[in-house]
Amino acid sequence: MTKHKANELLKQIGLQIFLLTITAIVLFPILWMVSIAIDPRNIDKPLELVLIPDGATLRAFKQVLTEPYTQLCANPAEPETCMTFLKLLGNSLMVALGTSLFSVVLGASAAYAFSRFKFIGRETGLLGFIALLMLPATATIAPLYVLLNQIKFGGEPLRSTLVGLAVAYTSGSLPFAIWNLKGYFDTVPKELEEAALIDGATVTGAFIRVILPLAVPALAVTVLLGFMSGWTEFVMAWLFLESPEKFTLAMALRSMQGQFTTPWSTFFALALVMSVPPVLLFFALQRYIVSGLTVGGVKG
Amino acid sequence: MAETSLQSQTQKQSGAANKFWRSIKESLGAWAYIAPAGLLMMFITFFPQVFQAWMAFTDYRITNLRFNIFNPETWEAFAPEMVGFENFIRVITSSLAIENYDFVRLLTFNIVWTISNVFFHVVLGVIIALALNAKTLYGRRIYRAIFVLPWAIPGLIIAFTWANMFDRRFGAINQLLGLVNEWFGWAINTDIRWLESAQPPIGGILSFLPLSFYAVLIANIWLGWPFMTVIATGALQSIPTELYEAAKIDGASGWQQLWKITVPLIRPAMIPAIMVGTIWTFNNFNVIYFITRGGPFGRTELLVTQAFKLVYEQRLYGVAAAFSIVVFIVLMILTLIQNQVTHATEAYYD
Repeated sequence: MTKHKANELLKQIGLQIFLLTITAIVLFPILWMVSIAIDPRNIDKPLELVLIPDGATLRAFKQVLTEPYTQLCANPAEPETCMTFLKLLGNSLMVALGTSLFSVVLGASAAYAFSRFKFIGRETGLLGFIALLMLPATATIAPLYVLLNQIKFGGEPLRSTLVGLAVAYTSGSLPFAIWNLKGYFDTVPKELEEAALIDGATVTGAFIRVILPLAVPALAVTVLLGFMSGWTEFVMAWLFLESPEKFTLAMALRSMQGQFTTPWSTFFALALVMSVPPVLLFFALQRYIVSGLTVGGVKG
Repeated sequence: MAETSLQSQTQKQSGAANKFWRSIKESLGAWAYIAPAGLLMMFITFFPQVFQAWMAFTDYRITNLRFNIFNPETWEAFAPEMVGFENFIRVITSSLAIENYDFVRLLTFNIVWTISNVFFHVVLGVIIALALNAKTLYGRRIYRAIFVLPWAIPGLIIAFTWANMFDRRFGAINQLLGLVNEWFGWAINTDIRWLESAQPPIGGILSFLPLSFYAVLIANIWLGWPFMTVIATGALQSIPTELYEAAKIDGASGWQQLWKITVPLIRPAMIPAIMVGTIWTFNNFNVIYFITRGGPFGRTELLVTQAFKLVYEQRLYGVAAAFSIVVFIVLMILTLIQNQVTHATEAYYD
């Protein structure tokens, strides 16, 4: 028994050493960002590896959050036309929430049909969606740019609106969403719906009131991935949006990278601020992530 | 008797007709559910692809942007010229007037990049999931929370951070090496030009990979394993513990349990994740574009970053379209091969 206990202890120590090493590796770049962001010298790299440099200050955070972004102005001569953090945040939230809303609504609806109905074209349809997963978003840039340029809403090409951007991102996240949600719906017993139908519910009613509440983990994962793609996407945003008023946080971050110099402290301060919403969303949805991504794969 | 059989026959016929109508009706119902997603994909992905296929055969340039497919008045003045297969030929034979463009090198590099990344993601992801899934582990919840960070922090930001850390002068990595030297009295070079050096660190067959490849590989491994850990965790939690207890009674060692129980049972969940991971890594834009920018001399360029440059920097829409179609075909072939291989091995395990 004591030998067993000693073994257990050794195993625990080994595990802890291994996991602490991984923790150190994971945290290292993040702490590097923090260390630069609070450095008072606004230099590109600290000359020594210390977490809290001498004279550490939150000035960079204050600047990022409260001062106008002078590179992003409709008219550089007038500071009132420059973007502020709140405007950038609003744009980013709109694109990210739009993408996750579209993904979850359209994805769940299509996945439900693929999971529950037997219909003409089912296999082909499903295969078609999965084949689209292989299409890199960047592979459609050239034609999408040309096409969305031609569709105008109130004199403005759809390409350069935030809704247009969210729709374009949704097309990128839908194939995986449908595939993942379908796998999850497959594991929800059919009898539950049948019981609801016998009780007089419509098919849509049963779907909304019986299936969706049971599929919360997979829905949460869809919302999360949609949010992430809308929040961080850069390529299309950079190509499609023109007016600085529409710029997102990711674009503001990119535009801080000057050709010769970058204000590193403010750059990393904005980077850290921008990381907060997705990290919080991850933590909030963490208990759903594992089952939401794997239940369909394990049982189906 | 004859009458009843006749009756049942007509009944059967009308039953079949009913069934047919019912299946049509149900199909319409099902397609109504799919329509919103289907229309969006049709418009944003499929239609542009068809348009792209047409563009690929033209010399579409910036001047042709005023060409509007929905407006016949612009057709004559701004329509691009048809050039046949010229774009494809130029893409594949590397005869584009762009610096450092070599299709075979791009493709080889892209494949090596994908395989090496996915390999490390899966191996590390599974090992860490196994450690986190140990029966008794102190701090499990804290580890789980920390280990999601590389996935939760936007990839764009991580890429910028690693680019800064790999900097030659006072970059975190070189400083860390200096610290290691100090601790152990070693003399590792602390002036390594991680991203600029064209000298391959490993010669022979791997000499086409510059040092910056290993640098971005490290950055992308850091970024990619948590996804695999999450999938592996879900799969591990679905394995009944009785299996391990039975194996223990039969005298199986820990190693045998791993290879005979754990690995075969997490396979079904890992394979789709690996396929998705392969596609994501193959097209991983952020890490390459923001860390090495494809350098030095375009040797770490991926197909997607090259496509982006064709559109954004060169504005060669026709060539970019042909290029993207080639990339799509390559990816399709690779996925089919991968599917074939994984299916084959699956049958072997069953």
